[in-house]
Amino acid sequence: MIHGYAGTILRVHLSDGRIDKEPLSEQLAETYIGGRGFVARMLFDEIEPDIDPCGEKNIFIAATGPLTGHFLPASGKTHFGSKSPATGGYADSNMGGHFGPALKYAGYDALVLTGKAKEFSYLFIEDDTVEIRPAEKYRTKGALTAERMLKDDLGDDFQVLTIGPAGENGVRFACISHDFGRQAGRTGIGLVLGAKNIKAIAVRGSGGLSVFDLDGAYAKGKDAFAKVRAKPGFKGWTPEGTAGLTNWANEVGVFPTRNFQTSYAEHYEQINGKAILDRLKITDKGCSCCPTPCGKYGFAKTPLGQAHVEGPEFETIALFGGNCVLETIEEVAYANYVCDELGLDTISAGVTAAWVIECFEKRILTESQIGRAVSFGDLESIVFLLEKMAFREGVGDLLAEGVKAASETIGKGSEHFAIQVKGLEWTGYECRNAPSMMLAYLTSDIGAHHGRAWVLGHDLAGSWSSVHDLIVAGGAKEKPPKGLVTEKSADYVIHSQHERPIFDVLGTCRLQLMELGFEGEHYAELYSLITGKKKTWAELLSVSEKIWHLTRVFNAREIKDFGRSSDYPPRRLCEDPITTGPNEGYLIPMEDIEFLLDAYYLARGWDKNGIPTEATLVEKGLQDVVESMKPLGLLS
Amino acid sequence: MELETVEEKCSGCTTCRLACAIENFREVKPSLAVLRIEGRFPAPGDYRIHVCDQCGACADVCPVAAIQKSESGVFLIDEDECTGCMVCVTECPYGVIVDRGNTLAPIKCTLCGACAAACPRDAILLK
Repeated sequence: MIHGYAGTILRVHLSDGRIDKEPLSEQLAETYIGGRGFVARMLFDEIEPDIDPCGEKNIFIAATGPLTGHFLPASGKTHFGSKSPATGGYADSNMGGHFGPALKYAGYDALVLTGKAKEFSYLFIEDDTVEIRPAEKYRTKGALTAERMLKDDLGDDFQVLTIGPAGENGVRFACISHDFGRQAGRTGIGLVLGAKNIKAIAVRGSGGLSVFDLDGAYAKGKDAFAKVRAKPGFKGWTPEGTAGLTNWANEVGVFPTRNFQTSYAEHYEQINGKAILDRLKITDKGCSCCPTPCGKYGFAKTPLGQAHVEGPEFETIALFGGNCVLETIEEVAYANYVCDELGLDTISAGVTAAWVIECFEKRILTESQIGRAVSFGDLESIVFLLEKMAFREGVGDLLAEGVKAASETIGKGSEHFAIQVKGLEWTGYECRNAPSMMLAYLTSDIGAHHGRAWVLGHDLAGSWSSVHDLIVAGGAKEKPPKGLVTEKSADYVIHSQHERPIFDVLGTCRLQLMELGFEGEHYAELYSLITGKKKTWAELLSVSEKIWHLTRVFNAREIKDFGRSSDYPPRRLCEDPITTGPNEGYLIPMEDIEFLLDAYYLARGWDKNGIPTEATLVEKGLQDVVESMKPLGLLS
Repeated sequence: MELETVEEKCSGCTTCRLACAIENFREVKPSLAVLRIEGRFPAPGDYRIHVCDQCGACADVCPVAAIQKSESGVFLIDEDECTGCMVCVTECPYGVIVDRGNTLAPIKCTLCGACAAACPRDAILLK
């Protein structure tokens, strides 16, 4: 028995309906721990090189961690992985809610889907019973609607994940939705399910989890809850959740606005956390065992329509409120709802919509090509574009490929302002005054995402302060000096790239550490008490480091000509100074980007092209990866 | 003593259910919990907390009088008397008596207060 884990990996071969339940390998649990670790290793081992992400040979993984489902703060995470339809490289995305714990209580640490179902289906899991069931009645239904229908059909205590029309229709930034507002949004993971003819997965588990030291783990769990509650951020950060960042992000000028033309939205007080509390919120909505629920569930009414919706959280506020310039929180929330129901990632959709609007403004795309005139700040324009994307109608067929591919098809200079890295659209932090955060975006393994490293505190406040402390400190008292780019950025980014993703490995939420300052050592103690395997926080971070090298190698294997140029920013972010706001005129030019990448590759032990060297991989315990990569001739 | 709920504070995290199972049955197994959280989504978009308020409906329907009120006002199941008919499970107005599966008698709230102590939102109180 492996304490803490459910002990079984569930494999469903969709093409022929075979179902295998294999014991969780002790070696896999020991060396890769869980969640993102399982995803990274299984993808490297089980996917043949060069397969089509939307083809039958891709695999879909839902993996929990050893701490998922246990009595400790925010133990509700599930991690998904695949080869990315968005980037062609490593894909993972995670969500909270209650799905992961339910999967473990049903007896499974991870679920692996291979092949493609012959008919449109959903997967039913109730303890030992696993069935591929017809899903025709849920076809074309919105992700939220389909979840409600499945719960009505199966029982409200089933935990259900769904895709919306976007996932059914081949949109490369389709997401997975769960618990009426939790999404695994990034890397097109929803499309992988859709391409396998799977609309939903429903799970109910009645079993339990073994614990190495139950009394010790229960006592430590109580202690951890108490310590989180004692942090100032418990009362200071929780009420607004991530939306509480909106004021700060504008005060310091990192808020992507008008397709990243600038980093400050004058109307930010109309779309901030306070606006949510005053005008939308019905209830706080938390994930499994979360003491600090960031979900703000509410009701939004606009001239275009009204809806119950969770959020918007900060990213959606940034990409729709800032980047698409929607001027009220109600409009942002409604765009959020439309995305959730259609099954679109709000981040990628917000970046792509803003790109189209700028194309229209610059007369690169015409009214007849788009299907109507579109403009920033116009909810009708945004909703029109979202629906076109999700159904791949008209211009939506182009947009559904993602902003990188769309801009390469259209050309005419539109690549300049297609805001993405590696084909993944950029998230809610503008970085032209923040070299460390810029480097974090450029080197993130899934593309331009903040989940792998968040080091704005270093750029703007010179510290590892928690987000709550940064918000309390308020806007920058002094601007960071222009053009100050140092090697230290690489160290900050690397540390954060190990620390944030370890939560995706353990199966818990990182926000208690990142936003409130709850110390990482508590998780090491909980891991040891629950699993009986002693690991310090530093040892856990070293596992995270190993995974980082592995995902880089996966990208090198899967993405044609992968290397240094794959880490370059869109040209707007290294050539166009910020146009307004606190950081007007700021820019990190390409020569400084090259300097940052040099520093980062050196610190990582990668070659000048950003590929891990054989010596580095061996040092990090990845000798077998070296052996499998050698025949491909990609390692130096 | 009784459990008091403040539903507008509940965020649906279900920490209470895990604590209930661990405290009473020494298992990380929320299916054993003798309280329920009901999320009402997408509309009206809120949570309802279903706990035992020691109403005694279970005692009223028990055909062998195996459920008796203790001196402290808590209805307890006498496992020696219980025949395992599960009528109380069916008839509990809050749906919080649970068939444990591997024991003859079902399980019900003993007012231990573990749920209230664990709730990180102070949405369940032992008063």
